[in-house]
Amino acid sequence: MTWILDHLDDIGYYTLQHAWLAALPLLLGLLLATPLGWAARRYRGLYTPVVAGTGLLYTIPSLALFILMPLILGTQILDPVNVVVAMTIYTVALLTRTVADGLGAVPDSVIASATAMGLGPVRRLFTVELPLAVPVIAAGLRVAAVSNVSIVSVAALIGVPQLGSLFTDGFYRDFLDPIVAGLVACVVLALLFDLVIVVLARLLTPWLRTGGAP
Amino acid sequence: MIRFEGATKTFPDGTVAVGGLDLLAATGSITVLVGPSGCGKTTSLRMVNRMIEPTGGRIMIDDRDTASMDAAQLRRGIGYVIQHAGLFPHRTIVDNIATVPRLLGWDRSTTRNRALELIERVGLPASFAGRYPHQLSGGQQQRVGVARALAADPPVMLMDEPFSAVDPVVREQLQEEFLRLQSELGKTILFVTHDIDEAVKLGDQVAVLRVGGVLAQVADPATLLRDPVDDFVADFAGRDRGYRGLGFRPAPSLTPRSEPAVTLGTSPEEVRRSGNAWVLVVDDDRRPLGWVEPARVTEPVATDRLHRGGTVARLDGSSRAILDAALSSPSGRGVVVDDDGCLLGTVTSAEVVAALQSPPGPDSSGQP
Repeated sequence: MTWILDHLDDIGYYTLQHAWLAALPLLLGLLLATPLGWAARRYRGLYTPVVAGTGLLYTIPSLALFILMPLILGTQILDPVNVVVAMTIYTVALLTRTVADGLGAVPDSVIASATAMGLGPVRRLFTVELPLAVPVIAAGLRVAAVSNVSIVSVAALIGVPQLGSLFTDGFYRDFLDPIVAGLVACVVLALLFDLVIVVLARLLTPWLRTGGAP
Repeated sequence: MIRFEGATKTFPDGTVAVGGLDLLAATGSITVLVGPSGCGKTTSLRMVNRMIEPTGGRIMIDDRDTASMDAAQLRRGIGYVIQHAGLFPHRTIVDNIATVPRLLGWDRSTTRNRALELIERVGLPASFAGRYPHQLSGGQQQRVGVARALAADPPVMLMDEPFSAVDPVVREQLQEEFLRLQSELGKTILFVTHDIDEAVKLGDQVAVLRVGGVLAQVADPATLLRDPVDDFVADFAGRDRGYRGLGFRPAPSLTPRSEPAVTLGTSPEEVRRSGNAWVLVVDDDRRPLGWVEPARVTEPVATDRLHRGGTVARLDGSSRAILDAALSSPSGRGVVVDDDGCLLGTVTSAEVVAALQSPPGPDSSGQP
């Protein structure tokens, strides 16, 4: 316990590192998954290859992906970019299907009437389809957020500092305090991400919080 | 005016949805496309605003080839109403209606005022403006769908089974109000339905399509019912064509017989005085309320004793309405009222039928 109080600075630093290493890929992954999911929905033949293909990326073991990244990207082994890119890949793996299914859940009659009123495909996507897909996408994003917070800790093994570093530290020294501190911080971080996504989704979907037909 | 000139749609798999359709939908009138499923009526409709591109022929709107126009521009100038309305669930009613005006770049206050005006025009309370579609009933949503299609005042409207998904009572209301609205607005309307009753009720002109998008017959509703061009149209126009056709024939000139009537609260002795098996009851303004059987009247006439099965017709209504009044009346005497709904007298079905069999008058739509 005293160890934790003595190392609050370190824990804080690790938590911040951990937070951005998990959050930035979440945003980048969403940005990449959106056009992929849209294409999978737009062109029938692409759905299976795109959704199954991106889904397969999730099966790559994270340690292997972290180690491969410098070889593929030509970066330094300690470069946090490796972690960001790897985590982005996982996020894309989780979100592509979500985006495709979210867009697919928009009723045909809504798409047809949007088209018939002269909304072009791009305007229709941003003003009608994506807003209506927000609940589904938010649900996928919550899963991806928790997954990211968890997987990032593995990057401690390639020496990128974040909460995972507390686990390796505790492991090497056979000392429980840092491990407990890291676990608690991970859980708090995951809950915080979840909360932010839920609040954002609520703000973006005011129509879902109104009563039914009178 | 919408003109189909040999419009054809062949899908990549070789299916011919519409096979060389020639049809003219006149300006300011309602043209109904009707036919069994697979007859290409929706495909024909969607070729007009190019949601489906024709593979052959042309479709002209006021002598402009739609193929030469920008698709989005074309669509913003055409009102479109579909089954289930297709409202945007995430937009309020006022925002839904404002969709096309916004795309056209109208300023905020003009757009909002126009949307609010339309909400009332289609018979909805102004308080609905800030609601979301799911807070409205199906019929109300469909009214909003019509308002949204009218928002930018397009000269042409396409309507694809707009009233099919609501219950029969609401459907009838929507149809009546649609006709009232059209009499005020005079849009050029192409209307798709699978329901021949709806087609003859709403259409100035009805086009019956066969499977494969081939025109079987185009005619005004009365002609279609009276003189179907072949077995297919006859079958499709359905049973009771003769009777339904009377709906398009003005009532024959008849002089209603005067009918002794009593008011509510009349004593049993008074009711029995006429000696008839059924006695008509009217209110203080002589508006018919229903019939009573004197034999069963034991106390002063009250509303709960009334037989209300009989319909009421007007002399300037249709032949169908006046014959129905006679047929539906328990006394066999059909009640005829004036413009204010006050009793004029009664007619029997025999009198109506006799008058219908006499040579058609000059205002009848009969042809040799």
